Amino acid sequence: MKFLHSTEGRLAVIAAVVFLAMSALAPDRFLSVQNMTSMAFQFPEFAILALAMTVTMLTGGIDLSVVGIANLSAIIAATILTQVTGGGAGIVLIAFTAAIGVGVAAGLMNGILVANLGLPPILATLGSGLIFTGIAIALTGGSAVMGFPDATAWIGNSTVLGIPTPLILFGLLALGLSLLLTRTGFGVKLRMYGANPLAARFAAINIDATLIKVYVLSGALAAIAGMVVMSRANSAKADYGSSYLLLAVLIAVLGGVNPYGGYGKVIGVVLAVLTMQFLSSGLNMVGVSNFARELIWGSLLILVMIVNTWRASGRRT
Amino acid sequence: MTTDLVTFDHVTKTYSGITALDSVGFSIAAGEAVCLAGENGSGKSTLIKILAGVEQPDRGVISIAGQPQDALNPRLSAAAGIKVIFQDFSLFPNLSVAENIAFSAELGHGTRLVHRARIADTARATLARIGVDIPLTAAVETLSVAHKQLVAICRALATEARLIIMDEPTTALTEREVRVLLDIIRRLKADGVAVLFVSHKLAEVLEVCEKVIVLRNGQKVAEGPAADFDAASLTRHMTGRDVAEAPPAPLRADAPELMRVEGLNKAGAFEDVSFTLHAGEVLGVSGLLGSGRTALAKALFGLVAPERGRITLDGRSVPLGDPLAAAGAGIGYVPEDRLTEGLFLTQSILQNISVGRLDAHGASGILDIGGLLAEARDWLKRLSVKAPDPDAPVRSLSGGNQQRVVLARWMARSPRVLVLNGPSVGVDVGSKAEIHGIIAGLSAQGLGVIVISDDLPEVLATCHRILVMKAGRLIEDIPSGQVSGTDLAHRLAS
Repeated sequence: MKFLHSTEGRLAVIAAVVFLAMSALAPDRFLSVQNMTSMAFQFPEFAILALAMTVTMLTGGIDLSVVGIANLSAIIAATILTQVTGGGAGIVLIAFTAAIGVGVAAGLMNGILVANLGLPPILATLGSGLIFTGIAIALTGGSAVMGFPDATAWIGNSTVLGIPTPLILFGLLALGLSLLLTRTGFGVKLRMYGANPLAARFAAINIDATLIKVYVLSGALAAIAGMVVMSRANSAKADYGSSYLLLAVLIAVLGGVNPYGGYGKVIGVVLAVLTMQFLSSGLNMVGVSNFARELIWGSLLILVMIVNTWRASGRRT
Repeated sequence: MTTDLVTFDHVTKTYSGITALDSVGFSIAAGEAVCLAGENGSGKSTLIKILAGVEQPDRGVISIAGQPQDALNPRLSAAAGIKVIFQDFSLFPNLSVAENIAFSAELGHGTRLVHRARIADTARATLARIGVDIPLTAAVETLSVAHKQLVAICRALATEARLIIMDEPTTALTEREVRVLLDIIRRLKADGVAVLFVSHKLAEVLEVCEKVIVLRNGQKVAEGPAADFDAASLTRHMTGRDVAEAPPAPLRADAPELMRVEGLNKAGAFEDVSFTLHAGEVLGVSGLLGSGRTALAKALFGLVAPERGRITLDGRSVPLGDPLAAAGAGIGYVPEDRLTEGLFLTQSILQNISVGRLDAHGASGILDIGGLLAEARDWLKRLSVKAPDPDAPVRSLSGGNQQRVVLARWMARSPRVLVLNGPSVGVDVGSKAEIHGIIAGLSAQGLGVIVISDDLPEVLATCHRILVMKAGRLIEDIPSGQVSGTDLAHRLAS
């Protein structure tokens, strides 16, 4: 009973309701094995971006550069994959490692901007995101990089024991992040910082180091999302996934992460991801245009924030 | 009773089950000065908010000039001539004296354009009315605290003030400035303006007041002509008992030196501060608001970076301006403002205590959550924090219990020196005595404690030695047994 009254409990109910509604609207197509599999391949890439967003939002910050980081990492990896021939699976490993290195470096830059130079996260990452996208365009001239070894497709398109690999990857990352947030000093510190940055300073929490780790983690997660996108698209391009930024923010907020910091659970984000995927696939099946999608996501984001703010102020009085 | 400007009749206000004002009734006549005394949490601020129209009472009637007001709001209240001067004055620091004074009056004219000449005229006339000369074009941020207060008074006067409410008017003033303020109050009264002083330190304004009202726990516990009250009787009424706390147990003569501060300097905050602290010693640092006491307290914990000076603890130098290094060296800091600086209000009580011990319980990378929370629970018990549900957000606790949570956080780290800035601000009388007991306990364990406070009875009851701070300098070093409360008050404010 207590679970149903929590943010996550409500979300579980919403996810179930959306699932049932979509099943009712298009029973033969929505409930098909084919649709289920297709959904399981689709959502991990933006779900991982939502995890990255969650980490920064817990500190009361935000990372608007996640899509930029994902694309830049993918382009670096793609360049390695296309330039070096005949390496087989080894070269894929090197390329992925390089991509994550790019994500870490980009995150480090964001972290320094926010922690050491004290820029507001929303502006720092808006700017750095443009820089990352700009570098990606400069490297590629704006066109797609393609022609990878076959092994590249494994991370995005294969299955392990019948379960899509990207889904497994997302599951592992979500579990890892959940443990990191609840079972380590770092996780507690970043949440406490989000709850009250000033008190964190007065409590002698190492704020700068914590924030830098947060943005590095976000950058690394974004790079992993970039690898999934690259593998599934079998190419890398500077402007892939441009609608994912809003989606990642929406999922985090819908998942109960407080945009002012201090509260949020990974399970909530996972439930929000599922809700969004059910909604997205279902809308697709009942024939809602792709162009209406952003309108719907934007409205949903505002609506969720209004409800959350209204609930929070209701609790205060 | 027709001349009464404001009347409260059985006014009651509750906040989520807690009664802030309990059937309070009183009246203020035109040209009358009234003292409203009470400790923090006694209901004073609620009463001001109701008068200003910010809060609505649950029951009771408020009348202004004989007219019952059933839905007072800030605009109606201001239109009726009720002006509140808050402790921070709510001035615009970057605007000039004239603009600040004339601001509300200009808004009242409903004009969209700025009339420089009229602004200057209004300001000049208002300043003349209280007989004060402040340059009209000076930016308010460059003024002294006393002058800012005068500007705030003038702003209230510039718009037909009939009752001026002054919140903690004397906390930041020197004795001479208080005299100037009192003269101005007399002029205002002669003009028919009523004044309501709201404070927990009112002895110094008693002489201009006709009437005293004392609140305790939301109830009016005393009311009468000002002549019937003195500092001691005010305190007795406010606290409900004779507060004559015993002085601390004497410090052992052979107590070793624990901390030494030499030549600490921070431009604009404090100058050339040096002192020593012995093991088991409770050292008071007392000074008026703005004397530099808070900046000094923060500097000891690395939150303010002094440009010169040295802090040594156990003979080892502590890096300046680095709270992590200070905490690592064994210095703890309990901040002045619990709600914004001390607590993570939305987080659980246990979490608020254990946040200081994350590194100790997470050395391997994985947090020993069981051990961490068990330790926090143990501290709740040791400091007898009344917390029905330790997993509830810390904001659900009362002020005294919240303060003990912050103390517990630092005590759990076994510090060598604790800096307590205003250790009992905003806590009730009972908790205050218990917090003083905790301080005595720390001293008995051999910790060095620095108590920063302008609550003189508190300083006298807890400290072995008192450093008096004024204009950024330590001007006196007095053993606490050799000074009385009134004597100390003179030394602070002279």
